[in-house]
Amino acid sequence: MSNKDNWKIWEVFIRSRNGLSHKHVGSLHAPDAEMAIKNARDVYTRRSEGISIWVVPSESITASSPDESEPLFTPADDKVYRHPTFYDIPDEVGHM
Amino acid sequence: MQNELLQYTLRLGDNALILGQRLAEWCGHGPILEQDIALSNIALDQLGQARMLMQYAAELKGGESTEDKMAFFRDVTEYNNLLLLELENGDWGKTIARQFLFDTYNYFLYTELLNSKDDQIRAVAQKAIKEITYHAQWSAEWVIRLGDGTEESHERIQNAINDLWEWTGEMFAMDAIDEAMLEAGIGADLNKIKADWHEKASMILDMATLEKPEADWFQSGGKQGEHTEYLGFLLAEMQHLPRMYPEASW
Repeated sequence: MSNKDNWKIWEVFIRSRNGLSHKHVGSLHAPDAEMAIKNARDVYTRRSEGISIWVVPSESITASSPDESEPLFTPADDKVYRHPTFYDIPDEVGHM
Repeated sequence: MQNELLQYTLRLGDNALILGQRLAEWCGHGPILEQDIALSNIALDQLGQARMLMQYAAELKGGESTEDKMAFFRDVTEYNNLLLLELENGDWGKTIARQFLFDTYNYFLYTELLNSKDDQIRAVAQKAIKEITYHAQWSAEWVIRLGDGTEESHERIQNAINDLWEWTGEMFAMDAIDEAMLEAGIGADLNKIKADWHEKASMILDMATLEKPEADWFQSGGKQGEHTEYLGFLLAEMQHLPRMYPEASW
Protein backbone atom coordinates (compact mmCIF):
# COMPACT_ATOMS: atom_id res chain seq x y z
CA MET A 1 0.00 0.00 0.00
CA SER A 2 1.48 3.31 -1.02
CA ASN A 3 -0.57 5.10 1.60
CA LYS A 4 2.04 4.52 4.26
CA ASP A 5 4.10 7.18 2.50
CA ASN A 6 1.75 9.85 3.72
CA TRP A 7 1.18 8.46 7.18
CA LYS A 8 2.65 10.87 9.69
CA ILE A 9 5.22 9.90 12.27
CA TRP A 10 4.14 10.32 15.89
CA GLU A 11 6.22 10.47 19.04
CA VAL A 12 4.82 8.34 21.83
CA PHE A 13 4.94 9.19 25.53
CA ILE A 14 3.82 6.70 28.17
CA ARG A 15 3.12 7.21 31.84
CA SER A 16 3.95 3.97 33.57
CA ARG A 17 2.02 4.73 36.76
CA ASN A 18 0.26 7.48 38.62
CA GLY A 19 2.54 10.18 39.97
CA LEU A 20 5.21 9.68 37.34
CA SER A 21 5.49 11.88 34.31
CA HIS A 22 5.02 10.70 30.73
CA LYS A 23 8.25 9.44 29.23
CA HIS A 24 9.20 9.27 25.59
CA VAL A 25 9.26 5.64 24.49
CA GLY A 26 9.62 5.80 20.71
CA SER A 27 7.77 6.69 17.55
CA LEU A 28 5.38 5.11 15.09
CA HIS A 29 3.35 5.65 11.92
CA ALA A 30 -0.37 6.42 11.99
CA PRO A 31 -2.86 8.17 9.72
CA ASP A 32 -4.32 10.32 12.51
CA ALA A 33 -4.17 10.97 16.25
CA GLU A 34 -6.84 8.45 17.23
CA MET A 35 -5.14 5.63 15.34
CA ALA A 36 -1.79 6.76 16.72
CA ILE A 37 -3.12 6.13 20.26
CA LYS A 38 -4.35 2.69 19.23
CA ASN A 39 -1.09 1.84 17.50
CA ALA A 40 0.84 3.05 20.54
CA ARG A 41 -1.28 0.82 22.74
CA ASP A 42 -0.45 -2.19 20.56
CA VAL A 43 3.21 -1.40 20.00
CA TYR A 44 4.29 0.02 23.36
CA THR A 45 1.98 -1.21 26.13
CA ARG A 46 1.70 -4.94 25.43
CA ARG A 47 3.52 -5.82 28.63
CA SER A 48 1.66 -3.51 31.02
CA GLU A 49 4.08 -0.66 30.49
CA GLY A 50 1.56 2.10 30.90
CA ILE A 51 -1.63 3.64 32.16
CA SER A 52 -1.67 6.74 29.97
CA ILE A 53 -0.51 7.53 26.44
CA TRP A 54 0.31 10.80 24.75
CA VAL A 55 1.01 11.04 21.04
CA VAL A 56 2.49 14.11 19.37
CA PRO A 57 3.13 14.59 15.66
CA SER A 58 6.90 14.43 15.25
CA GLU A 59 6.76 17.50 13.05
CA SER A 60 5.44 19.52 16.00
CA ILE A 61 8.60 18.96 17.96
CA THR A 62 11.25 21.62 17.74
CA ALA A 63 14.65 20.17 18.51
CA SER A 64 17.89 21.84 19.51
CA SER A 65 20.58 21.65 16.88
CA PRO A 66 23.65 19.46 17.50
CA ASP A 67 25.74 22.26 15.98
CA GLU A 68 24.76 24.47 18.87
CA SER A 69 25.56 22.01 21.62
CA GLU A 70 28.74 23.81 22.66
CA PRO A 71 27.17 27.19 23.43
CA LEU A 72 24.01 25.53 24.77
CA PHE A 73 25.40 22.91 27.10
CA THR A 74 29.10 23.15 27.85
CA PRO A 75 28.92 26.40 29.86
CA ALA A 76 27.11 24.40 32.56
CA ASP A 77 29.90 21.86 32.86
CA ASP A 78 32.20 23.96 35.06
CA LYS A 79 29.51 25.32 37.34
CA VAL A 80 29.34 22.52 39.87
CA TYR A 81 27.97 24.92 42.48
CA ARG A 82 24.65 24.74 40.67
CA HIS A 83 24.23 21.21 41.99
CA PRO A 84 22.77 21.34 45.50
CA THR A 85 25.44 18.96 46.79
CA PHE A 86 26.86 21.32 49.41
CA TYR A 87 23.98 21.02 51.83
CA ASP A 88 23.72 18.60 54.71
CA ILE A 89 20.40 16.85 54.33
CA PRO A 90 18.92 15.25 57.46
CA ASP A 91 18.36 11.52 57.13
CA GLU A 92 14.65 11.90 57.87
CA VAL A 93 14.18 13.70 54.55
CA GLY A 94 14.95 10.51 52.72
CA HIS A 95 15.56 10.35 48.99
CA MET A 96 15.11 13.67 47.27
CA MET B 1 -27.64 -30.73 28.82
CA GLN B 2 -23.97 -31.65 29.23
CA ASN B 3 -23.71 -32.33 25.51
CA GLU B 4 -25.42 -29.09 24.56
CA LEU B 5 -23.09 -27.17 26.87
CA LEU B 6 -20.10 -28.93 25.29
CA GLN B 7 -21.27 -28.00 21.79
CA TYR B 8 -22.00 -24.43 22.84
CA THR B 9 -18.53 -24.10 24.40
CA LEU B 10 -16.91 -25.55 21.29
CA ARG B 11 -18.73 -23.09 19.06
CA LEU B 12 -17.36 -20.20 21.09
CA GLY B 13 -13.91 -21.78 21.21
CA ASP B 14 -13.84 -22.63 17.51
CA ASN B 15 -14.79 -19.09 16.55
CA ALA B 16 -11.87 -17.77 18.57
CA LEU B 17 -9.40 -20.39 17.33
CA ILE B 18 -10.24 -20.21 13.63
CA LEU B 19 -10.26 -16.42 13.52
CA GLY B 20 -7.02 -16.35 15.51
CA GLN B 21 -5.40 -18.73 13.04
CA ARG B 22 -6.62 -16.69 10.05
CA LEU B 23 -5.37 -13.42 11.52
CA ALA B 24 -2.02 -15.01 12.35
CA GLU B 25 -1.53 -15.46 8.58
CA TRP B 26 -1.06 -11.69 8.43
CA CYS B 27 1.93 -11.87 10.76
CA GLY B 28 4.87 -10.47 8.83
CA HIS B 29 2.62 -9.39 5.94
CA GLY B 30 0.72 -6.43 7.40
CA PRO B 31 0.56 -3.31 5.23
CA ILE B 32 2.66 -1.46 7.77
CA LEU B 33 4.55 -2.55 10.87
CA GLU B 34 2.07 -1.01 13.31
CA GLN B 35 -0.90 -2.84 11.75
CA ASP B 36 1.05 -6.06 11.61
CA ILE B 37 1.55 -5.82 15.38
CA ALA B 38 -2.07 -4.82 15.97
CA LEU B 39 -3.44 -7.80 14.04
CA SER B 40 -1.00 -10.21 15.66
CA ASN B 41 -2.13 -8.86 19.04
CA ILE B 42 -5.75 -9.55 18.18
CA ALA B 43 -4.83 -13.01 16.88
CA LEU B 44 -3.13 -13.79 20.19
CA ASP B 45 -6.13 -12.53 22.16
CA GLN B 46 -8.34 -14.88 20.14
CA LEU B 47 -5.95 -17.74 20.76
CA GLY B 48 -6.00 -17.05 24.49
CA GLN B 49 -9.80 -17.10 24.51
CA ALA B 50 -9.77 -20.30 22.45
CA ARG B 51 -7.50 -21.96 25.00
CA MET B 52 -9.77 -21.14 27.94
CA LEU B 53 -12.79 -22.48 26.05
CA MET B 54 -11.00 -25.60 24.75
CA GLN B 55 -9.82 -26.39 28.27
CA TYR B 56 -13.39 -26.18 29.48
CA ALA B 57 -14.65 -28.22 26.53
CA ALA B 58 -12.05 -30.91 27.26
CA GLU B 59 -13.17 -30.96 30.89
CA LEU B 60 -16.82 -31.30 29.84
CA LYS B 61 -15.97 -34.08 27.44
CA GLY B 62 -13.96 -35.89 30.09
CA GLY B 63 -11.87 -39.00 29.53
CA GLU B 64 -8.55 -38.47 27.82
CA SER B 65 -9.59 -35.18 26.31
CA THR B 66 -7.26 -32.16 26.45
CA GLU B 67 -7.30 -28.66 24.95
CA ASP B 68 -4.69 -29.75 22.40
CA LYS B 69 -6.75 -32.74 21.33
CA MET B 70 -9.72 -30.43 20.89
CA ALA B 71 -7.74 -28.06 18.71
CA PHE B 72 -5.52 -30.41 16.73
CA PHE B 73 -7.35 -33.72 16.46
CA ARG B 74 -10.83 -32.70 15.36
CA ASP B 75 -11.53 -32.67 11.65
CA VAL B 76 -13.54 -30.27 9.50
CA THR B 77 -16.99 -31.68 10.26
CA GLU B 78 -16.30 -31.58 14.00
CA TYR B 79 -15.53 -27.86 13.92
CA ASN B 80 -18.41 -25.56 14.81
CA ASN B 81 -17.14 -22.08 13.97
CA LEU B 82 -19.05 -19.51 11.94
CA LEU B 83 -18.35 -19.80 8.21
CA LEU B 84 -17.48 -16.09 8.07
CA LEU B 85 -14.35 -16.71 10.12
CA GLU B 86 -12.82 -19.43 7.96
CA LEU B 87 -13.01 -17.39 4.74
CA GLU B 88 -9.67 -16.35 3.29
CA ASN B 89 -8.19 -13.05 4.45
CA GLY B 90 -8.30 -11.36 1.04
CA ASP B 91 -7.00 -7.79 1.05
CA TRP B 92 -6.75 -5.48 4.05
CA GLY B 93 -10.29 -4.26 3.40
CA LYS B 94 -11.76 -7.76 3.52
CA THR B 95 -9.85 -8.65 6.68
CA ILE B 96 -11.04 -5.46 8.35
CA ALA B 97 -14.62 -5.93 7.15
CA ARG B 98 -14.76 -9.50 8.49
CA GLN B 99 -13.21 -8.34 11.75
CA PHE B 100 -15.73 -5.53 12.13
CA LEU B 101 -18.76 -7.71 11.34
CA PHE B 102 -17.62 -10.38 13.79
CA ASP B 103 -16.15 -8.16 16.54
CA THR B 104 -19.41 -6.21 16.77
CA TYR B 105 -21.35 -9.46 17.10
CA ASN B 106 -18.83 -10.89 19.55
CA TYR B 107 -19.00 -7.77 21.70
CA PHE B 108 -22.77 -8.05 22.14
CA LEU B 109 -22.54 -11.83 22.56
CA TYR B 110 -19.94 -11.70 25.33
CA THR B 111 -21.74 -8.82 27.01
CA GLU B 112 -24.70 -11.19 27.36
CA LEU B 113 -22.45 -14.04 28.48
CA LEU B 114 -21.27 -11.90 31.42
CA ASN B 115 -24.60 -12.96 32.96
CA SER B 116 -24.32 -16.65 32.07
CA LYS B 117 -25.40 -19.04 34.78
CA ASP B 118 -22.49 -21.30 33.91
CA ASP B 119 -19.54 -20.29 36.10
CA GLN B 120 -16.88 -21.15 33.52
CA ILE B 121 -18.57 -19.42 30.59
CA ARG B 122 -19.13 -16.37 32.77
CA ALA B 123 -15.49 -16.36 33.90
CA VAL B 124 -14.27 -16.59 30.30
CA ALA B 125 -16.59 -13.75 29.31
CA GLN B 126 -15.36 -11.55 32.16
CA LYS B 127 -11.78 -12.01 31.04
CA ALA B 128 -12.45 -11.78 27.30
CA ILE B 129 -14.84 -8.81 27.22
CA LYS B 130 -12.06 -6.26 27.72
CA GLU B 131 -10.11 -7.65 24.78
CA ILE B 132 -13.22 -7.96 22.63
CA THR B 133 -14.27 -4.38 23.43
CA TYR B 134 -10.92 -3.18 22.16
CA HIS B 135 -11.14 -5.34 19.03
CA ALA B 136 -14.58 -3.92 18.23
CA GLN B 137 -13.35 -0.34 18.67
CA TRP B 138 -10.27 -1.01 16.59
CA SER B 139 -12.04 -2.62 13.63
CA ALA B 140 -14.83 -0.01 13.64
CA GLU B 141 -12.21 2.77 13.54
CA TRP B 142 -10.65 1.09 10.54
CA VAL B 143 -13.95 0.66 8.71
CA ILE B 144 -14.59 4.38 9.17
CA ARG B 145 -11.14 5.32 7.91
CA LEU B 146 -11.24 3.04 4.88
CA GLY B 147 -14.82 3.97 3.99
CA ASP B 148 -14.25 7.67 4.44
CA GLY B 149 -10.70 7.50 3.07
CA THR B 150 -9.61 7.47 -0.55
CA GLU B 151 -11.71 6.44 -3.53
CA GLU B 152 -9.87 3.13 -3.69
CA SER B 153 -10.16 2.33 0.00
CA HIS B 154 -13.87 3.20 -0.08
CA GLU B 155 -14.48 0.91 -3.03
CA ARG B 156 -12.51 -1.98 -1.54
CA ILE B 157 -14.16 -1.90 1.88
CA GLN B 158 -17.61 -1.51 0.33
CA ASN B 159 -16.96 -4.53 -1.91
CA ALA B 160 -15.75 -6.50 1.10
CA ILE B 161 -18.82 -5.61 3.17
CA ASN B 162 -21.09 -6.57 0.24
CA ASP B 163 -19.27 -9.89 -0.31
CA LEU B 164 -19.27 -10.85 3.35
CA TRP B 165 -22.83 -9.85 4.13
CA GLU B 166 -24.37 -13.20 3.19
CA TRP B 167 -22.12 -14.85 5.79
CA THR B 168 -23.45 -12.73 8.68
CA GLY B 169 -26.92 -14.29 8.98
CA GLU B 170 -25.49 -17.39 10.60
CA MET B 171 -24.43 -15.38 13.64
CA PHE B 172 -28.05 -14.85 14.64
CA ALA B 173 -29.63 -18.14 13.54
CA MET B 174 -30.77 -19.97 16.67
CA ASP B 175 -30.81 -23.76 16.52
CA ALA B 176 -31.78 -26.35 19.14
CA ILE B 177 -28.48 -25.95 21.02
CA ASP B 178 -28.83 -22.16 21.19
CA GLU B 179 -32.43 -22.53 22.38
CA ALA B 180 -31.48 -25.05 25.06
CA MET B 181 -28.64 -22.88 26.33
CA LEU B 182 -30.83 -19.79 26.38
CA GLU B 183 -33.48 -21.73 28.28
CA ALA B 184 -30.88 -22.82 30.83
CA GLY B 185 -29.72 -19.24 31.33
CA ILE B 186 -26.27 -20.16 30.03
CA GLY B 187 -26.35 -18.90 26.47
CA ALA B 188 -27.36 -15.64 24.81
CA ASP B 189 -30.53 -14.63 23.01
CA LEU B 190 -29.30 -14.17 19.46
CA ASN B 191 -32.43 -12.25 18.43
CA LYS B 192 -31.58 -9.54 20.93
CA ILE B 193 -27.99 -9.48 19.71
CA LYS B 194 -29.21 -9.25 16.14
CA ALA B 195 -31.07 -6.02 16.88
CA ASP B 196 -28.09 -4.51 18.71
CA TRP B 197 -25.74 -5.59 15.94
CA HIS B 198 -27.82 -4.04 13.16
CA GLU B 199 -28.09 -0.79 15.03
CA LYS B 200 -24.34 -0.59 15.64
CA ALA B 201 -23.43 -1.74 12.12
CA SER B 202 -25.75 0.88 10.60
CA MET B 203 -24.21 3.60 12.73
CA ILE B 204 -20.60 2.73 11.87
CA LEU B 205 -21.30 2.14 8.15
CA ASP B 206 -23.05 5.48 8.07
CA MET B 207 -20.07 7.22 9.63
CA ALA B 208 -17.88 5.44 7.10
CA THR B 209 -20.09 6.71 4.22
CA LEU B 210 -20.75 3.08 3.28
CA GLU B 211 -23.96 1.43 2.10
CA LYS B 212 -25.46 -1.23 4.35
CA PRO B 213 -26.27 -4.20 2.11
CA GLU B 214 -29.77 -5.68 1.97
CA ALA B 215 -30.08 -9.45 1.89
CA ASP B 216 -32.80 -12.00 2.44
CA TRP B 217 -30.70 -15.11 1.97
CA PHE B 218 -27.77 -16.14 4.11
CA GLN B 219 -25.17 -18.89 4.20
CA SER B 220 -25.41 -21.28 7.11
CA GLY B 221 -24.01 -24.57 8.37
CA GLY B 222 -20.75 -23.74 10.14
CA LYS B 223 -22.22 -24.07 13.62
CA GLN B 224 -23.47 -27.54 12.65
CA GLY B 225 -20.17 -28.66 11.14
CA GLU B 226 -20.86 -28.04 7.43
CA HIS B 227 -18.02 -25.92 6.16
CA THR B 228 -16.59 -24.23 3.10
CA GLU B 229 -13.60 -25.76 1.36
CA TYR B 230 -11.38 -23.16 3.03
CA LEU B 231 -11.52 -24.72 6.49
CA GLY B 232 -9.83 -27.95 5.40
CA PHE B 233 -6.76 -26.06 4.16
CA LEU B 234 -6.66 -23.97 7.31
CA LEU B 235 -6.82 -27.03 9.57
CA ALA B 236 -4.21 -28.86 7.49
CA GLU B 237 -1.75 -26.07 8.11
CA MET B 238 -2.70 -25.64 11.77
CA GLN B 239 -2.77 -29.33 12.63
CA HIS B 240 -0.06 -30.98 10.56
CA LEU B 241 2.70 -30.76 13.15
CA PRO B 242 0.88 -32.31 16.12
CA ARG B 243 -0.63 -34.90 13.78
CA MET B 244 2.75 -35.89 12.39
CA TYR B 245 4.43 -35.85 15.80
CA PRO B 246 1.64 -36.39 18.33
CA GLU B 247 4.09 -36.51 21.26
CA ALA B 248 6.01 -33.41 20.20
CA SER B 249 6.66 -30.96 23.02
CA TRP B 250 8.79 -27.89 23.65
